[in-house]
Amino acid sequence: MSSTSGLEAQGMKQTPGRPAMAGLQARSEAALNATARVAVRNLEFFYGDNRALKGITLDLPERQVTGMIGPSGCGKSTLLRVLNRMYSLYPGQRATGEVILDGRNILDADVDINALRARVGMVFQKPTPFPMTIAENIAFGIRLHERLTKAQMEERIEWALTRAALWGEVKDRLNTSAMGLSGGQQQRLCIARTIAVRPEVILFDEPTSALDPLSTLKIEELIDELKRDFTIAIVTHNMQQAARCADQVAFFYLGELIEVAPAAQLFTAPQHARTQEYITGRFG
Amino acid sequence: MQEHTVRSYGEELRRLRELVARMGGLAERQVADAVTALVRRDAELASEVIGRDSEIDALEREIEEFCIRLLALRQPVGQDLRLIIASLKIIHAIERIGDYARNAAKRSVVLAQQPALGSLNGFQRMARMVQENLKGAMDALVNEDAARADEVWANDQPVDEVYNGIFREMLTFMMEDPRNITAATHLLFVAKNLERIGDHATNIAETVHYAVRGQPLTEERPKGDSSPFAVVRPPA
Repeated sequence: MSSTSGLEAQGMKQTPGRPAMAGLQARSEAALNATARVAVRNLEFFYGDNRALKGITLDLPERQVTGMIGPSGCGKSTLLRVLNRMYSLYPGQRATGEVILDGRNILDADVDINALRARVGMVFQKPTPFPMTIAENIAFGIRLHERLTKAQMEERIEWALTRAALWGEVKDRLNTSAMGLSGGQQQRLCIARTIAVRPEVILFDEPTSALDPLSTLKIEELIDELKRDFTIAIVTHNMQQAARCADQVAFFYLGELIEVAPAAQLFTAPQHARTQEYITGRFG
Repeated sequence: MQEHTVRSYGEELRRLRELVARMGGLAERQVADAVTALVRRDAELASEVIGRDSEIDALEREIEEFCIRLLALRQPVGQDLRLIIASLKIIHAIERIGDYARNAAKRSVVLAQQPALGSLNGFQRMARMVQENLKGAMDALVNEDAARADEVWANDQPVDEVYNGIFREMLTFMMEDPRNITAATHLLFVAKNLERIGDHATNIAETVHYAVRGQPLTEERPKGDSSPFAVVRPPA
């Protein structure tokens, strides 16, 4: 990531409002028309000898939300961990095939993993604030990748917190501990920390499973906002959440991608019996 | 298809199918009895048909409430969602069929006091055909049988043909003797009611097809009602 050159150039202006027709129809059409930001091709993943992903081919369309659903152990979280090479932290785990981001296969050995993690950010199931101030939580990640002046840093922190719909609630207590925030606020802080380094792709791994319904809806609204600027993948056990948030939904089972379709189609008339059984709650 | 993991949900969907099928069965019987009352000039039976229509209406309200509850509490998707939406549409069609049967019964009461016109065989045939189609559509729903639904959907033309025959027959009765006009007009309406019932049966079949397959039937349905183009010529 190059160093900063003025906030406007960083896409920090408010994006113009979406057209009025932003409903289901628009979501389905968008899912069909978009170009791929991330292209997964024939991906296989192994935990030691155990093949956890089998020949996955999937596009994450630019500035759209891809929902990933499936029963526990189906490989959806594994796929998410491949998309930012999280698995590289663990010995004995390896991936074959291709994950193309901006024309590069990120599985290649010579990929700069730190730079990759700035481009592909991740938000986890449980909020993971660092035991430091709210402002420091945001600044911490930025300093790993960029050198900003104090004024630039303050501006960036405000921008990230604003985009994460948290600024209004914390602007008077930026220098207090992040541990004092509620669960929902902590999760939005983590989202702010992720977008502060201006990634291209944001991965959400069960981002609301530890949150109450209202905090959950705030995160979902936030995801809807963020997709104007970011390409998003979300793993969720909550099918209604996938239905609410996602443009396209991918259903995984036993390491295979069974079906991927626009959300409206997948939840009304899925093509595969397995998908049908899973989404309607008939799984054996 | 496997059973629902939540058994009570599976039970509720089964109950929904049963309720819709029962409503369809009631409507079938109403159609049959209305035409029997007509043919036998049985005003008493006709009155029974008129009285029983409220049962169909009550069942429609019950099923509608049940569907709304399922939508609110189960957040159905996929085939379950399609079944519930289809049920809502189907019970509306059955309710209309009930109304047509009641209207035919009302006219039978009047017709029992009018001079008889012809054999009324055509009415019996029409009633049998639309009943069969209605039954076929309900069976298709209960058994999730899209092929059966398609059969019904394509099978409305013979009904229309009998209707065209009755239409011409009634015109000739009226031309022969103006005193036939009251009875013939009522009979025309009865025939039209049966023809509409047939159309509703095919609509139900179409809805069942969607519920089972997830894709709407897009072809143009074969139709044979030519009466909209009929012209009366005075006898030479």
